[in-house]
Amino acid sequence: MTYRNRAHPLWYAYILHRISGLALALFLPMHFYVLSLAFNEAALDAALAWTANPMVKFAEFGLVFLLAVHFFGGLRLLALEWLPWTPRHKTLAAGAVAASFLVSGTFFLQAI
Amino acid sequence: MEFRLYLLQRITALIMAPLVICHIAVMIYAIQGGLSAGEILGRTQGSVPWAMFYGTFVVAVSVHAALGLRIIVREWVGLDGIVLTGFSWATFWGLLSMGGYAVAAVVVGP
Amino acid sequence: MTTAQDHMQVTVWRGGADEAGFYQAFQVPKYDSQTVLDVVAWIQQNADPTLSYRFACRVGMCGSCGMMVNGVPRWTCRTHVDRVMDRGGLKIAPLRNLPVIKDLATNMDPFFDKWTQAGGLHHGTATRHDPFEPVTHSSPGRADADAGIECINCAVCYAACDTVTGDPDYLGPAALNRAWTLVNDAKDGSRDAILDAVTGSGGCQSCHSMGSCAQYCPNELNPMASIAGLKRTAMKRAFRGR
Repeated sequence: MTYRNRAHPLWYAYILHRISGLALALFLPMHFYVLSLAFNEAALDAALAWTANPMVKFAEFGLVFLLAVHFFGGLRLLALEWLPWTPRHKTLAAGAVAASFLVSGTFFLQAI
Repeated sequence: MEFRLYLLQRITALIMAPLVICHIAVMIYAIQGGLSAGEILGRTQGSVPWAMFYGTFVVAVSVHAALGLRIIVREWVGLDGIVLTGFSWATFWGLLSMGGYAVAAVVVGP
Repeated sequence: MTTAQDHMQVTVWRGGADEAGFYQAFQVPKYDSQTVLDVVAWIQQNADPTLSYRFACRVGMCGSCGMMVNGVPRWTCRTHVDRVMDRGGLKIAPLRNLPVIKDLATNMDPFFDKWTQAGGLHHGTATRHDPFEPVTHSSPGRADADAGIECINCAVCYAACDTVTGDPDYLGPAALNRAWTLVNDAKDGSRDAILDAVTGSGGCQSCHSMGSCAQYCPNELNPMASIAGLKRTAMKRAFRGR
């Protein structure tokens, strides 16, 4: 009840951009750690064996979605700040989410 | 100073834009038939172009993520002053060193 | 005045600068075309004379009556009760992001301090003996300035902005919107000083474009677009070596 001022599309775009950035930043150390196992091929293969698990595939889909949404949302922000003003930002924000589903959905279909 | 950090944030974003497109495309390709060390290393081991690609990516993301997290902890956790500066530098060096090590691992290999 | 129909539940925030606040409930009679300001006035005149609130023109041109109504900052004189009634009730609180003096009256000093800090003054360049600057409505800079000059400093945008909440240094949408109109004003002689002011601590770079300012401005201004303009202008200046 107290924070109804947030219930509008561009605020959701902002929070999605922030949460996706935060999640990606927290994911990166894990990502770098797994890749650093490449010095030992067997160790890397053991870690990658986890990725056959359907729950992991779904998590990977989530990560690709977060990266895509942060990327497309970021492009929208760069356009907002650096290109001449357009009133279409709600449409662009919706388009960014749609494009992210397309990209991450493509990934997911290849993963399963 | 704050405005220069803002510019750095946007510039690293621009640098990473084509790198992200390429990375997602490669992931969509690579995930087919499952992931394996052999497949990854077959691409990256001894490759100067991949070293440069991922090296640039790691430097840019270390700056971008450190600056992004800086804003979040300032607005949502209330950090400021020397604690905020320390946190930001720690994040930057942490990501740069882990990322650099990961790039070295996939380029040098077993 | 039309006859009262039934009553509605209205909860109003009470408290002061140094006390913990609480919500007090009132049963207020409903009338046709009743505004939230009408409700607050009825409470103070008929139920509790100790309720403090601020208003002036009551016709939507002075900006004094801004309050949080069911979580959204609004001009209460221009907000019809039936448009914002929530499950039969109204919740009225002082504007967010500002220190409270008492009950629904906030201390507007931080808002106005940031206004001047962002350069919101006229920086004259000529004397009465000089010809005046021919300002044409068709120049692109003038169009940008005109889009933002109707601001009446009501602080609704300031109350709506979550970045203001999280960052006490942030100058806020109204102050930055004003700065943008001055940057585009051919009569203003301190463009560089203003750009310095809006790229310092709490400047335009802190805006995250969440757009609550534009969403809730009762004059339909767009501080988010103005701030984007400041970012663009400051960036071009930075790349030219300033």
